[in-house]
Amino acid sequence: MKDLSVKLGNVELKNPVIPASGTFGFGYEMAKFYDINKLGAISLKGTTKDARFGNPTPRIADCREGVLNAIGLQNPGVEKVIANELPKLKEVYNGVRIANISGFSIEEYVYTANEFDKKTDVDILEINISCPNVKHGGMAFGTNPDQAAAVCKAVKDACDKPVYMKLSPNVTDIVAIAKACADAGADGLVLINTMLGMVVNPRTGRPAVSTVTAGFSGPAVKPVALRMVYQVAGAVDLPIIGVGGVATADDVIEMMSVGATAVQVGAQNLVDPYACSKIIDDLPVKMEEYGIDKLSDIIGRTRSFI
Amino acid sequence: MYKNDIYTIKSNIKLTNDIYKMVLEGDTSFITAPGQFVNIQLDGFYLRRPISISSWNDKDFTIIYKVVGSGTKAMATYEAGKKLDILTGLGNGFDVSDMAGRKPVLIGGGVGVPPMYGVAETMVKNGVKPLIVLGFNDEAGAFYQDEFKALGLDVYVTTVDGSLGIKGFVTDALKDMDYDTYLCCGPKPMLKAVYDMGKIKGAEGQLSFEEHMGCGFGACMGCSCKTITGNKRICTDGPVFKSSEVIL
Repeated sequence: MKDLSVKLGNVELKNPVIPASGTFGFGYEMAKFYDINKLGAISLKGTTKDARFGNPTPRIADCREGVLNAIGLQNPGVEKVIANELPKLKEVYNGVRIANISGFSIEEYVYTANEFDKKTDVDILEINISCPNVKHGGMAFGTNPDQAAAVCKAVKDACDKPVYMKLSPNVTDIVAIAKACADAGADGLVLINTMLGMVVNPRTGRPAVSTVTAGFSGPAVKPVALRMVYQVAGAVDLPIIGVGGVATADDVIEMMSVGATAVQVGAQNLVDPYACSKIIDDLPVKMEEYGIDKLSDIIGRTRSFI
Repeated sequence: MYKNDIYTIKSNIKLTNDIYKMVLEGDTSFITAPGQFVNIQLDGFYLRRPISISSWNDKDFTIIYKVVGSGTKAMATYEAGKKLDILTGLGNGFDVSDMAGRKPVLIGGGVGVPPMYGVAETMVKNGVKPLIVLGFNDEAGAFYQDEFKALGLDVYVTTVDGSLGIKGFVTDALKDMDYDTYLCCGPKPMLKAVYDMGKIKGAEGQLSFEEHMGCGFGACMGCSCKTITGNKRICTDGPVFKSSEVIL
């Protein structure tokens, strides 16, 4: 019997596979495909203080190696998420839940995080300081170490639940941001969010999405995500949730090898709604093939070669 | 519920310069209403391609698609026998349950015509005979008029350049027509014109919307639209919306 369990601080996951925020709705939508209780955890759709429609459509485009999205944090606002969405999820899922929180000011981050912290039994607060699709705020907090630390500290001061900071790859030095969050009291880190990209119609030259530039994700970004998880894991002593281009059990094993404790699957859910389920089924097979009995043993093993 | 399965291309033929008709064999049990769509995985592309279902039976279903980009261009080259990974059962589809004693008109514009064929077929099976209005740019781009006629229905065709049928837009056919409910699919300007005409006529209706989609099953919120009753996902709350809730 292979042991797939991992621990994010005091939060135990039966396996490291977590659908990433924004690619899995509020979870219950996906119960139409399979029993989502097999997941290690679920990261919920990004939530803000007030309801948002997001950006004008078109706001999603195929780019062969992945997907460009400019959703812009559509959500019904924290009050309705707590009143309507979380109860619907609870009807079909009793596992670990990660609330994903965005804001346009430090006060908004604190307000929304505090609502989840005090009024719900979600397990982890994931603070998104890396959304590339909103003007003012979002990624602005994730590209400056002082701003990232300020958000982190303010949320930590207001909340009791574990706080994980979700970092942007659109920076020159992600280690500096990670260290700033660690120093500000973060309980863990999630990286990477989408990379700023662009898709253009070759016939007309017209940009594919309304915001012109937008977040790129999918299999093509995996090498960048691996590199950043590796760098951050070498510099910061916090659990890391690795995310970026994960589509297979091998991708999970690679991400954990470079230092991730758990792994999020994002874009792949959109093309294969069973992606997370298949990865969880494949992991013991790959572990057998590679002679791994306990999955958590491989966390950071890449470093032994350096 | 949704179904993810492998389907085999039975035929893939050209109807006009850029419109193709593909028949796919496999499990159709999850298709429950006309106006639903499927989401097709194509070799060498990442996101699936959402295409509306034109008609279906217990062995196969038909899609009619327009070549607009590299994905549909690739689809047009596919030959019979090729297998495709497809999600079916997506979208709400049209509600044709309450048509007895009513005077419905079905309106399709361009590549919005195909799902209306499935609506017509279902209504005829239920003993309802809707009026049909099909709008195209020109005669060369027109398709499927004969298929609607074969259902025993009165078909009115409009073309923008007047090369076939009534010259003008679908509303030029609708303005003199007697109907009290409408079901339509087409480009947004057409939906808006039909919606406005419905208001003049005092007719309620159902409108099918199109949008670039990420997943097709409600997970990504790529295809959202605003409605009177709040933000809706075209893929799961739609693609068909009641005229009383849309904002056009």
